[in-house]
Amino acid sequence: MSDDLLDRLSASLHPTPAGLVLRRLLIGLAAGGAVSLALIAVTLGPRPDFSPAAAQPMFWVKFAYALAIAVVALWAGERLARPGGRARGRLTWLAAPLLIVVALALWRLVEAPPGARMSLVMGHSARLCPWYVLAASLAPFAGLVWAARGLAPTRLRLTGLVLGLAAGGMGAFAYAMHCDEMAAPFLGAWYSLGIAGAGLVGWLTAPRLLRW
Amino acid sequence: MSLTEPELKALMLRSLDGDAAAYRRLLAELRDRLALYFARRVPPDGALAEDLVQETLMAIHAKRATFDRTQLVTPWAYAIARYKLIDHLRRTGRGRFRPFEHDDEFAVDDESEAADARRDIEQGLAALPERGRELLIAVKLNQEPVADVARRAGMSESAVKVAVHRSFLRLAARLRGSGGST
Repeated sequence: MSDDLLDRLSASLHPTPAGLVLRRLLIGLAAGGAVSLALIAVTLGPRPDFSPAAAQPMFWVKFAYALAIAVVALWAGERLARPGGRARGRLTWLAAPLLIVVALALWRLVEAPPGARMSLVMGHSARLCPWYVLAASLAPFAGLVWAARGLAPTRLRLTGLVLGLAAGGMGAFAYAMHCDEMAAPFLGAWYSLGIAGAGLVGWLTAPRLLRW
Repeated sequence: MSLTEPELKALMLRSLDGDAAAYRRLLAELRDRLALYFARRVPPDGALAEDLVQETLMAIHAKRATFDRTQLVTPWAYAIARYKLIDHLRRTGRGRFRPFEHDDEFAVDDESEAADARRDIEQGLAALPERGRELLIAVKLNQEPVADVARRAGMSESAVKVAVHRSFLRLAARLRGSGGST
């Protein structure tokens, strides 16, 4: 039975480099991220106070938070994109950036006078922020879907959720180029919501998009 | 169907480096296991099981880059087989079966993997020196009291414990294979 097949498959063998899974996912994320950065730059433009703001720690905390989520989720995706791959250990690391930002936000809120707390959370763009983050995550998500389809995830929903979170982190990174909010409570609430939304998109679309 | 997991893994690693002969042998071994795997899970009539074997072999070929060199080959191959089986059931709309909603449950309790594991352990036991093997079986598998085993073997209890431990380490080393997998 199917000896032809074995001959055919072994005849078409060529060496397979290690690390191909991670490389493919990185290419998908980076290509999609570049598209989002370009779109944000063209449509919304960089924040007007870009250079002076860069002197403040919070400017960098936003980028670091977004990038940390993207990197950890991609690292977990590197396991989930393999048949039977498990990523529970890696996924728990997602809690680290979230907990740090939540701690920063709470500290800021506790220190602030009661009357100022609401504006620390809401800023001036709370209604738009999650939607922009979600929109900016679509191109990275498309890149990751392309990558995952060339790999072999067997737990599609979980893989979709995790790749969605990675795309959300990348989208948040791109949007932070434009967004001039500087309060940790705002970051913890609305950036996180946008990233979670991207994860939900991944979870919902995975059975269709990630089949191979 | 005679190779152990460490031997299959060695073939897989050579295949990934481009060794076509090793790859041909690996595929033949996997084909036999897959035939058994699908024969137990789909109706025997028609060529369905054979189709699924071929589909899985082609997927193994196409997705071989997703093999993690630090992991075992058979769980990876069976995960692909399971995915292909579920995909088939879903495509043909068998009842209300919606496997991707519960795909976690399919990751465990696979009797083919258990059978492979049992055979690997049996071969590992067979390769141990006779005395060590008997002590290990008596103490670890049959749970006999060390004192009884020691008396029967004419050894001290601590000598029995040391011998059992040594056999156990030797068995574990064999199951891990020479590749140093985790």
